[in-house]
Amino acid sequence: MSRFLPLSDEEREQMLKEIGREDLFSPIPKDLRLKEDLKIRSHSEKEVLYFFNNLASMNKNLTSFAGAGVYHHFIPSAVDYLSTREEFLTAYTPYQPEISQGTLQTIFEYQTMMCNILGMEVSNASMYDGATSLAESILMAKRIVKKKNTVAISKGVHPHYLKVVKTYLKNLGINIVEVGLKDYVTDIDQLKKRLSENSDIFAFAVGYPNFYGSVEDLKEIVPVVKEYDKKAIVITSTTEPLSFGIIAPPGDFGVEIACGEAQSFGNYPGFGGPLLGFLATTEKFVRQMPGRVAGQTVDLDGKTGYVLTLSAREQHIKRERATSNICSNQGWCMLRATIYLSLLGENGYKKLAKLNYSLSEYAKEKIGKTKHFKVVNTKPTFNEFTVQTDVDFLSFRAMCEENGVFPGVHLAKFGLDKDKFILTCTEVITPEDIDKLVNLMESAK
Amino acid sequence: MKTLREKEKLIFEISKKGKSGIDIKFTVEEKDFEGDYSRKGEIGLPQVSEVEVVRHFTRLSKMNYGVDDGFYPLGSCTMKHNPKMNEKIASMEGFLHSHPMFSYNLVQGSLKAMKVLQDYLCEITGMDFCSLQPAAGAHGELTGMMMIRKYHEKKGDPRKYVLIPDSAHGTNPATSTFAGYSVIEIKSDKNGCVDVEALKEMINEEVAALMITNPNTLGVFEKNIKEIAGILHSKGALLYMDGANMNALMGVVKPGEMGVDVMHLNIHKTFSTPHGGGGPGSGPVCFKSHLAPYQPVPVVEGDDEKGYTMNWNLPDSIGKVHGFYGNFLVTLKALAYIMALGGNGLKQTTFDAVLNANYIREKLKDTYNLPFESETLHEVVFNDKNQEEYGVTTLDIAKRLIDYGIHPPTIYFPLIVRGAIMIEPTESESREEIDYFIEIMKKIDKEAKENPEILKQAPHYTPVRRLDETLAARKPVLRWKGENND
Repeated sequence: MSRFLPLSDEEREQMLKEIGREDLFSPIPKDLRLKEDLKIRSHSEKEVLYFFNNLASMNKNLTSFAGAGVYHHFIPSAVDYLSTREEFLTAYTPYQPEISQGTLQTIFEYQTMMCNILGMEVSNASMYDGATSLAESILMAKRIVKKKNTVAISKGVHPHYLKVVKTYLKNLGINIVEVGLKDYVTDIDQLKKRLSENSDIFAFAVGYPNFYGSVEDLKEIVPVVKEYDKKAIVITSTTEPLSFGIIAPPGDFGVEIACGEAQSFGNYPGFGGPLLGFLATTEKFVRQMPGRVAGQTVDLDGKTGYVLTLSAREQHIKRERATSNICSNQGWCMLRATIYLSLLGENGYKKLAKLNYSLSEYAKEKIGKTKHFKVVNTKPTFNEFTVQTDVDFLSFRAMCEENGVFPGVHLAKFGLDKDKFILTCTEVITPEDIDKLVNLMESAK
Repeated sequence: MKTLREKEKLIFEISKKGKSGIDIKFTVEEKDFEGDYSRKGEIGLPQVSEVEVVRHFTRLSKMNYGVDDGFYPLGSCTMKHNPKMNEKIASMEGFLHSHPMFSYNLVQGSLKAMKVLQDYLCEITGMDFCSLQPAAGAHGELTGMMMIRKYHEKKGDPRKYVLIPDSAHGTNPATSTFAGYSVIEIKSDKNGCVDVEALKEMINEEVAALMITNPNTLGVFEKNIKEIAGILHSKGALLYMDGANMNALMGVVKPGEMGVDVMHLNIHKTFSTPHGGGGPGSGPVCFKSHLAPYQPVPVVEGDDEKGYTMNWNLPDSIGKVHGFYGNFLVTLKALAYIMALGGNGLKQTTFDAVLNANYIREKLKDTYNLPFESETLHEVVFNDKNQEEYGVTTLDIAKRLIDYGIHPPTIYFPLIVRGAIMIEPTESESREEIDYFIEIMKKIDKEAKENPEILKQAPHYTPVRRLDETLAARKPVLRWKGENND
């Protein structure tokens, strides 16, 4: 019980005596104080570890084709090793820059990497996750285009993200117009129609690649939105930024806010958290950006150093007029991403993206030849795609699980189609795993 | 924390073409991504080997100061010891590779951990239900305030205002705005507490809630909390409690028995999970049953017999606040911590935290000015009034502490204290460490009189000295742009 407590009973007694206090809790009225002890038993470390070992073994980790927002990737040992150095792990937010240069320089390097990957000019130091980063991006766009009050959102963004956006916007009087899909990408005719019907739209948010795995046609979408109103902002929401190793980044098409989820960069699935929300924009809009950001400066001797900056946007200064209420972010996940991307580097990042793509294309080809399963995406995809089946998916999944394979994420889990699922191939999957899955598909009835 | 190198270059500056820190084997026929959307040209990621990455980040780490290095008395931040078993547990393979969209039968361990932790947090807070979905304290606040809004909406009117004491954390007013409310500030009384008379005048049926921090940011217990709750409830308004300072209350009182309707906890403060240089935290929201219909979905349900599952069908829910279920791996650490200590250990934790803070207060009150005389619990707020005459400020005192190997306290907060020095020692400090801090604080006061310049120039021994924050904000340099990055 007391292994975390460095005061001995004798010291406690002495200290109480020295400060002349009999009842340490005298500031709390007696009638509020608990009469009974909390009903929680204490455990030795051995007992605690035993309990958690049991829980961990109740989880079953199969050969997994799951993705749809959280990805299984191989994580080099150096990421775990370096990120758990206590100086990074047990430090607070870097408010005292003289003793936080490690964290601050890492943030600066992370911001640079994310800008380069996304083709953007400014990145913040992280958001909670991809879903909240989309909600915050929409609120940011609203601050930029002050007079309008409606956001258009493609139905190809991750359905959980859309749910979170609705939760965030509901109380702020911002309207949402959803734009439907055609062949699993945004229906551009419908987008044009929605825009022509409504002069109140300040931004359009689109998945890139989208939830179904398809690469959206930004070359068409951005000009359509800009022709409607040159101030209107296109926001891309990405769940798998490894894709930008082979796919042109949002910045190439005039996207002004690129946000999403970077769990793929050196962070484990971890039952969905902690994740790593990212948000990047252009220099012009930096003062409307939510979240922390690190900047370069000099010290008293003229030596280069880094500080948290532009804090006049943040809640501890601006209070009710802040650009966001965010305080703690996902700093340690960001550190892991920075180490991971440093290890991958230019060549590793591109090559890994290509490997994911190649495996996924191999799977698509094989699945295309099965009797009961077909890939529905017609546009290019990266490492995941949507499969339709005419067999009962739940029985098929149960059969796969019995054979040690998780075949992909059922769209019904998101309240969508019962006959479709999203299948993801990252580098942790081998061609033999794909062959095994395809065999299971062949035997499905 | 002293590094032997003068400076660590940016990782981009040590990059040389053709190197990589990872070997990737192609297991399948290579395919090029072709067409309009294929990426061309250099991306601009560094090219370095594993050795260089390891050395770079190891050297960077040595420019940091963590709670394992020593005393970290940041007020309101509860920088306590991070038990090492926590890390072992959160990196068990069964949890790391558990995918949030797996079938429930594949994630029974994860679901059970969530349910057990929720039940413990209810026991500690005296609330009826708990959701682990919020990713940090401010996110928990937002979730709680949105639930309050939904509650009022269901009664016919969301109401307009949220009352917030002037001593509150900045997240409280920012959160209220994000929940669609206008903020009205309540002044503190002469004891630093919510002014009950002022509250009586301000309360009406347009007020949705009051956000209170208890103990407040001065470390003072809001002893009228029950009366405050009564005043609010009589007008149909609710009481939100910011649980940032829960370390002062565990096993001593339960917010649920003081009239609180909904509150959040900071797992990365009270429940020992590491701050990670700015997160990930976790901000569970705990609430009474009248707010249960509005909690975020999904809700973890079940027991060992029936098995565990998630309920997505809550028609009046505010919806989702996180892409999945919150910072799951962080919450595991909190569960481990609570299980280790048990109820009595948590109470002893609170006792020691309050004892350490009061001991520091007593030993330093003749040296540093105490702007509020009220008795305090787990933290104490001084200011620089006694040192002012030597031209020395709170900032100088804070920076000089660094020279003695101590992390500065929270400074210039709460805003109601000019030049605040907010000290929260936590229960993790030995008497020896606390006495060392007291000795150094007295020494710094002496230096302020005898050699103020040494304080104004502090810190002296760090990898960098005081940095020009104005320059950073005026001409933002937010990424490396190549060799000519001035």
